[in-house]
Amino acid sequence: MSTRDETGKAPVALVVVAWLWVGIPFLYGLMQLIVKIPALFGG
Amino acid sequence: MAGFLSRERIVAPPGWSRWLVPPAALSIHLAIGQVYAWSAFKGALEKGMDIGGVASALPFTLGIVMLGLSAAVFGTKVDANGPRWAMVVSSSCFVAGFLISALGIWLGQYWLVVLGYGGVGGIGLGIGYISPVSTLIKWFPDRPGLSTGIAIMGFGGGALIANPWTASMLTAFGASGNDPDPNGIALAFLIHGVVYAVFMTMGWLLIRVPADGWKPAGWDPAVQKTRAMVTTAGVSAANAIKTPQFWLLWIVLCFNVTAGIGILERANPIYQDFFRDSTTAETLTSAAVAFVSILSLANMLGRFVWSSLSDVVGRKNIYRIYLGVGALLYIALTFIGEGNKAVFLICAMLILSFYGAGFATIPAYLRDLFGTYQVGAIHGRLLTAWSTAGVLGPIIVNAIADSRADVAGPARYTPAFIVMIVLLVLGFVANELVRPVSDRWHEPAEEKEVAA
Repeated sequence: MSTRDETGKAPVALVVVAWLWVGIPFLYGLMQLIVKIPALFGG
Repeated sequence: MAGFLSRERIVAPPGWSRWLVPPAALSIHLAIGQVYAWSAFKGALEKGMDIGGVASALPFTLGIVMLGLSAAVFGTKVDANGPRWAMVVSSSCFVAGFLISALGIWLGQYWLVVLGYGGVGGIGLGIGYISPVSTLIKWFPDRPGLSTGIAIMGFGGGALIANPWTASMLTAFGASGNDPDPNGIALAFLIHGVVYAVFMTMGWLLIRVPADGWKPAGWDPAVQKTRAMVTTAGVSAANAIKTPQFWLLWIVLCFNVTAGIGILERANPIYQDFFRDSTTAETLTSAAVAFVSILSLANMLGRFVWSSLSDVVGRKNIYRIYLGVGALLYIALTFIGEGNKAVFLICAMLILSFYGAGFATIPAYLRDLFGTYQVGAIHGRLLTAWSTAGVLGPIIVNAIADSRADVAGPARYTPAFIVMIVLLVLGFVANELVRPVSDRWHEPAEEKEVAA
């Protein structure tokens, strides 16, 4: 069973989808934060 | 079904990319990190169900208690059954928490919210928190800090997503403002449950464990850098809890977390109380939401930044910063009041970054003192400090704030902040007392070999 990582060539598309799955909600949160930051100082 | 969840079923085939494992872990941690956005529900629940600050904090408080307890109790079972089993159990409990809460709000039975979100959902938090950590370490033996940092950072960042999402949903369902519709609050809980169920599915579908003997291409364990001041001996979990070092670190973690959680759990109302007079009513609500989000960002980044710095300056020194500078920051918050918003924000963000970093650095501190022999089990037991802090922090801040409801502005929180300063100083002293573990607790070399 001893194997070496074959540098993760497969499945690249799945890797991209997986990171988008978590990345898009995170970017949504980050964008919402950036949009609201002026409100913290808007008085 | 049991086969589908078993560890044997998820052994990765040759060529499986290990870079699929961090997003699988993140889909769990970003979801359960929602617990840090609980304060977004507090205002609606208090007005919609006519309850006080202490009562509205109960689901969060119980959730954190259950998180620590379930991590400590189920840690061994998670290791035995594997990460897919743990992620499915975590997802089921976390989602069930929202659904039970929705039902409770619809029926006007607040105890169901406490039991559902705090009790059942809290078990999901604990099992979910520990579910991917050992798997990530196995996939990234060359970069364990990076891999676990990503997951633990995800837990800190969960509120970054949930906070604006929850706020916009409550507004859309007529569940915000001074007269929130309870049915709208219930609907928001229901939708949270359904969406998180779908989101977390990716985690347990995608998670894989490496095959026996697998190692990253080009990585040789023999050339791993050995760091000074780190013990090469091992201490069992049973023996660790007999040492003063374990209990000193328990105090350090407990009081560091208490200081952060006290602000975090009541972040939204604290901001509104501090800046009610200097901010227009229209912008106060959105600014408070932004404040919770920015604290979540600080909590998340602190886990990565300060924990990484601890590799350079040492664990004891970094906890001197968390606790000592943390106490000074609370003093600044207490005396600056609403006078300087920028200073207020910087202080609050640093306190929360130290809070997150306290979690991220403690496994390395434990490894330094007790070795790698049973550090996972020792870490699980130490998380009971988190449970204790989850009770102490919100109770201190909410009870004092509720009892001083007639006091306007920052002065409402002064006694609570003074208590936090005292706790941080006590934590600082505990950290100063930490010494290397006595040789008599070390495991014989042969037993370590067998256990490994």
